[in-house]
Amino acid sequence: MSKFFTASIGRKLIMSLTGLFLVMFIAVHMTVNLFLIFDDSGELFNRAAHFMATNPAVKIMEPILGLGFLIHILWSFLLEYENWRARPVKYDKKNPEVASSWTSRNMLVLGALILVFLVVHIIQFFWVIKFNPESMKSVVIQGVQMEDTYLLVSDLFKRSVVYDIFYVIGGILLGFHLSHGFWSGFHTLGLSNKNWMSRLQIISRVYAIIIAVGFSVIPLYFLIKF
Amino acid sequence: MADKILKKLNIKVWRQNNAKDKGKFETYTIENISTGSSFLEMLDILNNKLILEGKDPIAFDHDCREGICGTCNLYINGRAHGPDTEVTTCQLHMRKFNDGETITIEPWRSKAFPVIKDLIVDRNAFEKILQAGGFISVNTGGVPDANTIPVAYEDAEESMDAAACIGCGACVAACKNASAMLFVAAKVSHLAKLPQGKIEAKKRARNMIAKMDELGFGGCTNTGACEVECPKSISITNIARLNREYLKARFSE
Repeated sequence: MSKFFTASIGRKLIMSLTGLFLVMFIAVHMTVNLFLIFDDSGELFNRAAHFMATNPAVKIMEPILGLGFLIHILWSFLLEYENWRARPVKYDKKNPEVASSWTSRNMLVLGALILVFLVVHIIQFFWVIKFNPESMKSVVIQGVQMEDTYLLVSDLFKRSVVYDIFYVIGGILLGFHLSHGFWSGFHTLGLSNKNWMSRLQIISRVYAIIIAVGFSVIPLYFLIKF
Repeated sequence: MADKILKKLNIKVWRQNNAKDKGKFETYTIENISTGSSFLEMLDILNNKLILEGKDPIAFDHDCREGICGTCNLYINGRAHGPDTEVTTCQLHMRKFNDGETITIEPWRSKAFPVIKDLIVDRNAFEKILQAGGFISVNTGGVPDANTIPVAYEDAEESMDAAACIGCGACVAACKNASAMLFVAAKVSHLAKLPQGKIEAKKRARNMIAKMDELGFGGCTNTGACEVECPKSISITNIARLNREYLKARFSE
């Protein structure tokens, strides 16, 4: 089995499995986030956030998710370095646009930009909720006292146009990353053939658009409405 | 109808004396090239000129000149086999170029394909991958009757499509990772699809992948550039099949 993960196909299998795991997480994350714009009192989102913070199943998944991110990110840099080494003398004249999409060739660039977004995003929200809840205001919803996560998020988006744009760009970058990553993950697992490849590519694009629009619409909603 | 004449072309070409030489680009001008001539004919004309001038002619690989041997491998203007689809360099015509244009010609660039001289690279790496598992071990004996082993039409078609690979290495040259995945996928697929190839399927996938990695080819990131630049348009769905075959082989160990 050790041979398996040192072989090229085994190595890319790790990228594909962690990637598809993160694809699932993104869907859940976006669904919960959309509660932000469907209830301006914030009750719906606060209850959802409270559920995510206290549910034992989510608590178990949290470190696994962190590990998923870590492996996906570190592994990508290692693989990209090895792939870069496979061509010691580079071409003088390149014309790659004819044969492949910019997105597919620059998954690492997109990934690195998303990483920058992720770090800022974690510091702003996750870190505060997880390790500094005392700094947040609390609300009582249906007799249960909880942190006002809605205020934390909506306040930032109402206050700062710069962060609104930052979050919109984050959503769009993620969309581009997913438009190649989603179908590519299935392809690497071998779950693709002459019928399914084009279908997966279409599903991939649709999913990418849903995610990009779903995430971007939230800061835009607060920017425009308030 | 007479072919148009390209009055003047600048040919920027990679010159390297041997594997150890550092190599550099040289630019030559060539005049009055018919758009009806092939790219290799243009190089022949240029070489004649160089010989008459007492210079060393440009070394480039070529053999059948009818698109089936996979020898004439040139990276032209940033593309494997130049600016045309489903062709090898010998099938590329000068009508694809404009008068006064500078044409850049480079050898395949890959750690696994070292330059021998000028534009010729050593593609023994492909032979080594084939020797690792691209065969079936049966006693051939006499010629067997046709159709004694039934093969489904779909399987025969897919196998033949994969078997169209001429091993030219355009997939490696075009890939941003210099990966040989499409070549290995084609070789594994055309045998995996047939009953005769199934017996050694697991061993084949394992050994060919191990050899491919050992030789220093990069990994696949599914950009699809290989399929576009492949003279035989071999589909990257073969790579999905290779992944499947490999995973089956590894997990049944």
